[in-house]
Amino acid sequence: MGRITLNQVTKSFGEVNVIPPLDLEIDDGEFVVFVGPSGCGKSTLLRLIAGLEDVTSGMIQIDGSDATAVPPAKRGLAMVFQSYALYPHMSVRKNIAFPLKMAKMDQAEIEKRVNNAASVLNLTDYIDRRPGQLSGGQRQRVAIGRAIVREPAAFLFDEPLSNLDAALRVGMRLEISELHKRLATTMIYVTHDQVEAMTMADKIVVLHAGVIEQVGSPLELYQAPRNKFVAGFIGSPKMNFIEGAEAQKHGAHTIGIRPEHIEVSDSAGPWTGVVGVAEHLGSDTFFHIHESGLADPLTIRASGEVSFSHGDKIYMTPREDRIHKFDAQGLRVA
Amino acid sequence: MARAVSTQRKIGFTVAAWTVGFLIFFPILWTFLTGFKTEGEAIASPPSFLFFDWNLSAYEAVNQRSDYPKHFLNSVVISFGSTALGLLIAIPAAWAMAFVPAKRTKHVLMWMLSTKMLPPVGVLIPIYLIFRDAGLLDTRTGLVIVLTLINLPIIVWMLFTYFREIPGEILEAARMDGASLREEILYVLTPMAVPGIASTLLLNVILAWNEAFWTLNLTAANAAPLTAFIASFSSPEGLFYAKLSAASTMAIAPILIIGWFSQKQLVRGLTFGAVK
Repeated sequence: MGRITLNQVTKSFGEVNVIPPLDLEIDDGEFVVFVGPSGCGKSTLLRLIAGLEDVTSGMIQIDGSDATAVPPAKRGLAMVFQSYALYPHMSVRKNIAFPLKMAKMDQAEIEKRVNNAASVLNLTDYIDRRPGQLSGGQRQRVAIGRAIVREPAAFLFDEPLSNLDAALRVGMRLEISELHKRLATTMIYVTHDQVEAMTMADKIVVLHAGVIEQVGSPLELYQAPRNKFVAGFIGSPKMNFIEGAEAQKHGAHTIGIRPEHIEVSDSAGPWTGVVGVAEHLGSDTFFHIHESGLADPLTIRASGEVSFSHGDKIYMTPREDRIHKFDAQGLRVA
Repeated sequence: MARAVSTQRKIGFTVAAWTVGFLIFFPILWTFLTGFKTEGEAIASPPSFLFFDWNLSAYEAVNQRSDYPKHFLNSVVISFGSTALGLLIAIPAAWAMAFVPAKRTKHVLMWMLSTKMLPPVGVLIPIYLIFRDAGLLDTRTGLVIVLTLINLPIIVWMLFTYFREIPGEILEAARMDGASLREEILYVLTPMAVPGIASTLLLNVILAWNEAFWTLNLTAANAAPLTAFIASFSSPEGLFYAKLSAASTMAIAPILIIGWFSQKQLVRGLTFGAVK
């Protein structure tokens, strides 16, 4: 079981109030991602749940019982750190066995679980090496192995992939998702990368300056962002925001349109502009448009290879049903 | 970047370096040589350097008159004992200051160091009286206690600098893995800090071994370590250079040998964290 409830939790460091009163429910077996720009308090929130930081006020419940004052060792949670935080003086085997040794488990059971975790994570060949002799991806696997052997109530991941190179990151992302499907244990995952959030989460918590901006499934956030911040943060490339006359036509202070919801043509369309930079990715093409009189630059994502280049005039048609409307405070209007 | 240095300059610097090194080493060499002379040769003028009648008469005389093994054992017990006790106190203290710093941790560290600036003679009378009343005068226990206290600031400082190099996340990982504070220090922090702890241990054994102020003032016969053993040959019999030299050689030899074999560790320890 791994049901975690935060009730009016706050955190201050001295005079600085990092997290104003915050409520959050995490259901058993959910994959929850905390996402937000750096300094938004997402790691602090994770550390509060872990018990590595003390809450200033409020209550944290794990499976219905008050864990606010319970030390990290007794919360039954496992954590994977950004720096892996492996024990450099121990072999892979001893690293993975460490939480079991601390739990005073008997030797035969430790042996069994460590071997099992090692084979699940493809670490069997490296089991007697030290962390210093492993690559980044292997080290991250050891850190995950150390977390899973204990069968914790929940896993906490603190930006676990940000030290890996791009290719490895995609691979590990899939491995973690598959691990979640197989174990069906609650996972809380902190990242600043909205792609990781979108691809992995059952539920995304978007944080900004310690405040939860929105909680929802990836598609809910994509389709119906509650405010401009969430709209701009979720989705890549970023949503285009347009103010002024064009927005007033739609009865809003600001309208938002995602780059992939604008169609391009060389002959006709309500909006026009000049191509500044065209980024050809093969599967997609990103255009950065100037002189549209709407937003500068206006970003467009076209499927496939579309042959506009620098200086070409371009006609654009937004998909009306995909236009998001916001009021002067930046909140969504229906 | 490598600089081009002419062969001539290289030779010049090498000769200069060896000369300075030899000058610094010379008193120790002279002491060593004098130990093998007779008392007459020891004060002969002009002195003979290597070509004298090498004999062990001074060593024999020293061993007849004093109990070297007893002093040696006292030195070992006092220096290792005070270092071990000091580490036992300093490891948790340095842990706390390195990983859970409070607002005034820096001040505490400075204050600890400042106690080393006080001349020890300033507290000699009170400590002497306390030791007398507690029955600790001329006991190994007493010396272990006093040397632990004297060297504690240095032990804490050295360990503090090593511990600060250890990433806090690893200790947090241990906490998440269910380790208690004791287990965290025992299984994770200490093994990671072994090189630092080893050089702290070595340096403090050497400091305690060489400590002469407290060991001379608080001992008489029973607990007297090698420093007192040398001193016993200097005051009343100052003119007997050969015996004094033999005693000195016997007293400094063990620590010199330890230092020689562990110099790599010591240098690493003393420069640890300087370049990173």
